[in-house]
Amino acid sequence: MSDRTDETTNASGRGLARSRELLRVAIPPALVALAIILLWYGITFFVLEPDRRFLLPPPHGVIQEGILDGDVLAEIMGGLYRTAMVAGLGLAIAFALGFSMALVMSQAKWIERSLYPWAVVCQTVPILALVPLLGFWFGFGLMSRVTVCVIIALFPIIINSLTGLQGADPRLHDLLTLHNAGRWIRALKLQIPAARPLIFTGLRTSAGLSVIGAIVGDFFFGRGQPGLGILLDRYSRRLRSEELLAAVIAACLLGVVAFWIFGVLGRRAVGHWDPSWAGERNKNE
Amino acid sequence: MDPVIAFTDVTKSFGSIDALDPLHLTIRKGEFVSLVGPSGCGKSTVLRLGSGLIEPTDGTVSRSSDNVGYIFQEPTLMPWRTVEQNVTFLGELDGLSRQEARRRADEVLSLVGLQEFRNHYPLALSGGMKMRTSIARSMLLDPDLFLFDEPFGALDQISRARLNAELCALFSERRFAALFVTHSVDEAVFLASRLLVMSKRPGRLVAEFEIPYEFPRQPGIRYEPEFAVLAGQVAAALAEAS
Repeated sequence: MSDRTDETTNASGRGLARSRELLRVAIPPALVALAIILLWYGITFFVLEPDRRFLLPPPHGVIQEGILDGDVLAEIMGGLYRTAMVAGLGLAIAFALGFSMALVMSQAKWIERSLYPWAVVCQTVPILALVPLLGFWFGFGLMSRVTVCVIIALFPIIINSLTGLQGADPRLHDLLTLHNAGRWIRALKLQIPAARPLIFTGLRTSAGLSVIGAIVGDFFFGRGQPGLGILLDRYSRRLRSEELLAAVIAACLLGVVAFWIFGVLGRRAVGHWDPSWAGERNKNE
Repeated sequence: MDPVIAFTDVTKSFGSIDALDPLHLTIRKGEFVSLVGPSGCGKSTVLRLGSGLIEPTDGTVSRSSDNVGYIFQEPTLMPWRTVEQNVTFLGELDGLSRQEARRRADEVLSLVGLQEFRNHYPLALSGGMKMRTSIARSMLLDPDLFLFDEPFGALDQISRARLNAELCALFSERRFAALFVTHSVDEAVFLASRLLVMSKRPGRLVAEFEIPYEFPRQPGIRYEPEFAVLAGQVAAALAEAS
């Protein structure tokens, strides 16, 4: 509070503190990255004999052939784009469906009891077993790919939303009861606002899962416009290790970005009042 | 004057457990009734019956007004709303216009000394400030009856004494009807015009004291010999009831 008085003199000091904070956050993972790259070079040049070096080409080889080669880069970027679209669409549908299911389940115990086991099935079903079936039903295009994402991303959204909707303070429920609030008012003014931190937790988890779903679906459907899954399959069949590793890195980046986006959104939306998200704010900024 | 609330032969059982012996209790406007008793004796049950949150097993609870303010053990604020938004919340539920709700919020926030904090979130407030916000919230609709469920139990002694004084001042000015449940004999005597002692389960009213001090009261009366004698009598009755 007190540093608000002389803002101008403190601004540079605060800028310094900010960049120091940034370094504190950025340096440890950067060191880990450096260690991994060194280990990678070590394995490539000291563990593998020259004729087996194609199993793990050196990092600069990956950059040269996977990223600096315009054709390959365009191919991977195209795959990245298509996979991101599928994952995004799948996540959006999973959210709409999962949140609606949680909302309905939070309104009556018997609905919760009827739907909950199926939500669990959704999480435990071996998705690979369903992939051929989805292909038969919906073809090998966008629809099947998105469906895989929805199935994978649905459960964390349902379970987090439901826990949040049911977790509102019972005394606040009493307060609404005393003022004759109906179901809708209760949901809109108490349950949904109270559930927001957990809804964002669910979205963040499902964002990463949806990316995995998009890649897995693409990999096994294996037809149509290539996404990252098809590219991974294609490069590994052709023993193109450099391109394969570049595609793997692109897939990882997509997952990280998806996770990060919902982290930022969650902090923006509820970080000013929810202690767990407020803690995130201190951790990451 | 008609009572604001009247319990007539009220009993309450939860399954096979009797929580209350037949209860007779009337509270009129301008009466501040403190209720003390051992833990688990059914004091909170009396409040929940009084508010209509639960129905009696037998007997009747009649109120002259449905405008009841309920203050919980914890501040029970909505953490996603600012102080002011928490205070205007019941106005939203009861259909006050936005301007009217804000005007009243202004008034009750100044009564509890929190105007400056109206835009703060509860996360940033001390326990005492949260409780003041909770009281301000319950005052927005100017209830005829206040039900207090050990509201200051979680506060430190200094905050507690200050909130006792503030609540006493509010009562002196507005003269609503109040039923105040507490574990603290000192607090019960300081606030009450009438004090009831409840026995352990099933709860039964075993002693009643008229507290002779005029309102408004000064915090200093706590240290007068008369006050100590009264508190001693209450404590003795409470010990016997436990």
